Amino acid sequence: MAVYKRSYRGYAGSVTSEWSRFAIIPRYAYRGLFRSKIMTAFFVICFIPPLVFLFLIYLANNIGSFARVFGVTGATSPFAVDGEFFATYLGIQAALSFVLTAFVGPGLISGDLANRALPLYLSRPFTRAEYVIGKMSVLLMLLSLITWVPGLILFGAQGVMGGREWLSHNVWVAWAVFAGSWIWILVISLLALALSAWVKWRIAAGALLLAVFFVAAGFGEAINAVLEVHWGRLINLMYLFATVWNRLFRTRETFEISEASAWLMLGLICAACLALLKRKLRAFEVVK
Amino acid sequence: MTPVIELDGLAVDLGGRRILDDLRCTLCARTIGLLGPNGAGKSTLINVLLGFHKPAAGTARIFGHDVRHDIRKIRNVTGYMPENDAFIAKMSAVSYVCLMAELSGLPRDAALERAHEALFYVGLGEARYRKVGTYSLGMRQLAKLAQAIAHGPKLLILDEPTNGLDPPARQRMIRLIREMRESGDMNIILCSHLLRDVEETCEEVLILKQGRIVHYANLEEERRANRKFIEMETVGANGTFAGDIEKLGCACAITASNRIKLILSEGVAIRDLYQVAKDRNVQIRRLSYRRDSLEDIFLKAMESNLAPSSGAKGAANGRL
Repeated sequence: MAVYKRSYRGYAGSVTSEWSRFAIIPRYAYRGLFRSKIMTAFFVICFIPPLVFLFLIYLANNIGSFARVFGVTGATSPFAVDGEFFATYLGIQAALSFVLTAFVGPGLISGDLANRALPLYLSRPFTRAEYVIGKMSVLLMLLSLITWVPGLILFGAQGVMGGREWLSHNVWVAWAVFAGSWIWILVISLLALALSAWVKWRIAAGALLLAVFFVAAGFGEAINAVLEVHWGRLINLMYLFATVWNRLFRTRETFEISEASAWLMLGLICAACLALLKRKLRAFEVVK
Repeated sequence: MTPVIELDGLAVDLGGRRILDDLRCTLCARTIGLLGPNGAGKSTLINVLLGFHKPAAGTARIFGHDVRHDIRKIRNVTGYMPENDAFIAKMSAVSYVCLMAELSGLPRDAALERAHEALFYVGLGEARYRKVGTYSLGMRQLAKLAQAIAHGPKLLILDEPTNGLDPPARQRMIRLIREMRESGDMNIILCSHLLRDVEETCEEVLILKQGRIVHYANLEEERRANRKFIEMETVGANGTFAGDIEKLGCACAITASNRIKLILSEGVAIRDLYQVAKDRNVQIRRLSYRRDSLEDIFLKAMESNLAPSSGAKGAANGRL
């Protein structure tokens, strides 16, 4: 149908495969997101720490050469590139990715719910699960790009510079970076989507995400102080992640809650988010 | 020919209440109207056809696909324009329609091409790069129509498409619906409480009341039948005149002095009535067609109790 004819005709061309359609949502979302200069600038800033860590890895492996430039011989690196080094890296990237999530996440579903766009999505050969996966992919891909992807590149760089011996002793670090990043990404993405669906207002959803992290942590500490207990830390999300990462990265810190209880709490948070999404994401709300 | 919609004892419960009860009919027309007062269950029926609500009993089929098992196939061939505002505020109209077309399965290039075409078709060509959130209500209705037709569905479901439109915009919407019907590529279900919209566009009408079917009407047949219904006011008419008209093959009744109602039979023209009047020296002072409008049909259906719905169980082809 040529535009000038302005008459209706059906479509008889090819169609795309059903399994790949969830990827359409992130493509459109990125087009909107990267129109914002602030968003683009911040995303670029997120790559500065990996560059700094890359420089540190280079420095640690070539400290002798650097020292000779300044006339010093027999210098050794003041830090080791080990699990703790990568745990520090992940901690910094997690903080940056939290800011990114607080910027991107709250608007993902709330806009569709506020403008009642869900019937449009769900009246197509497109399920609620695909909708959630599509929306979640927006965050999964963005956060992956600033956490485990550069993390593994750093690991690869250290592997090349540190030699086969370092690699054979520290293969587990690659797994720790990958698994630790994914735990963080999955929980924070689900939380952002669930709050976005629950509140239906972008600003409020963003505020709620900050509250879940910081107010809950403060509340947990208050419980600990007043009742002289330790389980207040269970509602401190940052502490839960630190506990889980501690084991993954084999750091020497001690934590007041067990690793199992941290895992259980993170699992419960994910289940609650999924239940909230299941309840809120409907083409039509049934009023009882 | 595969029926467009088959309802087979369909019942739906929502919030602990029975909203649709034992709906049975087969609808085959190119444009089907769903009529009924507010709360009759029209939108619920549409939601069931789209798989948003599960039937509590019975089932419904669209082009032979069961809503219980083949909902993906149904959604593949369906376009839906919801009753309420439904849009993505921060997207331009062309991106919005393109996104919806891609989600329906069109490749990226084809989706973009058809998004432009659909927006031109509905009359939003010049405003297609504006964000949908800045559109007026009428423009948003047209954008909703564009997203519903962009992927070339076989069945278009329109839920109150003229809601909130001013008269020119309403006329435009009705014209578009007619044009799409005439294109022959698409069947249309029009859900409305505006009788005029349905009368102007639909061939078959299903009237719902309190979640049950109270009347089915094939508007084309009704129009044909009612065209032969005539009322005459005469001077000098008597039983002989009525008898002569009956001899022509017309059913005839004298309702009051000088007033005759008759139904013209096949092959009898009005000229024949004048001829009989001339032969009997009867003056015809007034002669008028009295045609049941959809409003009459609707009001009759609303006055009726719900008994016909249970009679629908044995109805064939939707005739109740």
